[in-house]
Amino acid sequence: MYETIGIWVAALFTLAIYSFLYKENPLYRLAEHLVVGTSLGYSMVISWQRMIYPRLVLPLSRGEDWLLIIPAVLGLMYVTRFFPKIAWMSRYPIAFLLGTGMGVAFPYDMQALVLRQTQATLIPIYTPGAPWHEILGSIVIVFGTLAALIYFFFSKPHKGLFFGTGSKVGIWIIMIGFGATFGFTVMGRISLLIGRVQFLLSDWLHLIH
Amino acid sequence: MRMTVNLLPAGLALLLATAAGAQAIPEPSATPDSLLLLSDSLAAAASAQVAEALPEVRPAVLTSIADVPNDAGDHLSVSFEPSPDSASVLAYLILRRTPGAPDSLGGQWTIVKHVPLGDPTTDVIDGYDPDFLVESGVSYEYRIDVLTTDGRQIEGASVSPVAVASGEWFHTEKLKVLVGCVLFISLIFFYFKRALSGHQLYLRPIPGIDAIDEAIGRATEMGKPILYVPGLSSIEDVATIASLTILGRVAKKVAQYQTPLRVPNRDPIVFTVAEEAVKQAYLEAGRPDSYEANSVFFVTDSQFAYVAAVNGLMIREKPATNFYLGMFWAESLLLAETGSLSGAIQIAGTDAITQLPFFITTCDYTLIGEELYAASAYLGREPKQVGAVKGQDACKGIVMTFVTIGILLCIIDLVTGSYADPSKSLLAKLQGLIDVTSLE
Repeated sequence: MYETIGIWVAALFTLAIYSFLYKENPLYRLAEHLVVGTSLGYSMVISWQRMIYPRLVLPLSRGEDWLLIIPAVLGLMYVTRFFPKIAWMSRYPIAFLLGTGMGVAFPYDMQALVLRQTQATLIPIYTPGAPWHEILGSIVIVFGTLAALIYFFFSKPHKGLFFGTGSKVGIWIIMIGFGATFGFTVMGRISLLIGRVQFLLSDWLHLIH
Repeated sequence: MRMTVNLLPAGLALLLATAAGAQAIPEPSATPDSLLLLSDSLAAAASAQVAEALPEVRPAVLTSIADVPNDAGDHLSVSFEPSPDSASVLAYLILRRTPGAPDSLGGQWTIVKHVPLGDPTTDVIDGYDPDFLVESGVSYEYRIDVLTTDGRQIEGASVSPVAVASGEWFHTEKLKVLVGCVLFISLIFFYFKRALSGHQLYLRPIPGIDAIDEAIGRATEMGKPILYVPGLSSIEDVATIASLTILGRVAKKVAQYQTPLRVPNRDPIVFTVAEEAVKQAYLEAGRPDSYEANSVFFVTDSQFAYVAAVNGLMIREKPATNFYLGMFWAESLLLAETGSLSGAIQIAGTDAITQLPFFITTCDYTLIGEELYAASAYLGREPKQVGAVKGQDACKGIVMTFVTIGILLCIIDLVTGSYADPSKSLLAKLQGLIDVTSLE
């Protein structure tokens, strides 16, 4: 019984959202407001049940980990935004988050996005006896990376053989890469659409099995 | 040699192997309520008969226990020699206990890891499983049991000596990362100072950034609002920070032109910062009274609910200009396509490689990757920020130099014939210089 109601609600709201493809209408607006409201309410409950209660309230009430008072105070400082006179206090948790976020991310980015990528580009461009497509792949990786880096040079005018031609090759390489990504992602999205159509035709209307 | 034969039903054995033992394995002699209750002599005799009929499986030998270097004292390395009778082995169970501790505090043998058949690993790092964490300064003993294909658990030949994990203050393998960080930061500060000392630093034009003024002007002329989406990520994301900096610049212009601004947010903290940035921009523009309290607002933290709300806003209010600057995921096309249908001029920018193609196809201008980070320097032209862009270019120059040296070394390797021997290859040596794969 409850499952059937659930399927009907899901199907009707799927159609309500899809009706946006025709034009904005009251049905879409109803679905939009409901999904925003329920998602917000749901996330509040989840935050309490999965985060605040088990990871903060419970350990503190048992006296297990008093260090948790620090994030608790930082969190409470954020709530001061509701009181204009002391709203400035909310800047401290934000500064803390920004600082720690940047501090933690910087070495990881250096490792994963700079050193690791540079290392992956240091490959032999030609190895005797290797198949031609592997050699071509290596050449594209090495020279494509160089050209793409030239494109992202902001402090030099993109003129002349090195910066001018290099940046043109670079943007071509980038666009070819984006084309491949586009096709790959579209395939993934179509499978999502198929999943939704399957739900409507199978679970809801029982037209296919 | 200590060797005990337990008889487990095959199904239970498999379950134990795959679940990696959420429960401690009871000592057969010490637990009367064990699943393998062999308390009465009749059962024991029967079991002995069955055991005699089964092939002998020699136990695995625990060879060493060592503290894992360069960690926080939360991992131990366990090495063992597999059983010579590998054909009869289903899995190896790694058991751990703290000698002398009460059972509730890890005093009894507990399966902390399992190595299934076919996995060639004989060196296991213990401490990754959140259910069985290794604590710094605590003593541990290990034992390797063999789980046989016929459901027996062959107890390990020996118990390891007591091992204690200890942490280090400095991860020596991360020295390369430290050198890289120091080098890059130094370059940025060098160009900071250069810019501050009055050096004119050139920045090439970027069409997407040049179009921002034009887009704001268009909205002003049409008397329609500007929609600014600061991405869907949190405040720690570099793209979000870059976006909020640009928002400040855009809001300043918007305040000067008296154009309505809409900034919907998904993250509550980003919302707060965005609100502050817009307020500050109105103040700097000399129009604090024009600031609308509801122009920056929080929608919801649910990704697609947020999209539904922003799409609805686009269709109802029909903003003349849409900015999508920050970090985006699957919602990028949903937002940009709706904006395109509403007839707005659209400027996007993100460092999400998978989303950039969607913005490029649907928006009038797109800031690709680092162009987004550089945008705030372009808009403000402040010496510090321009210096930072120049410093980043110098960092890219270093990477390009490395790649170019790599090409030259590859040619030298080919000429000298040392490409086939990694110990002689110059390219391999250069690779080793910046090798960070051990950190992954």
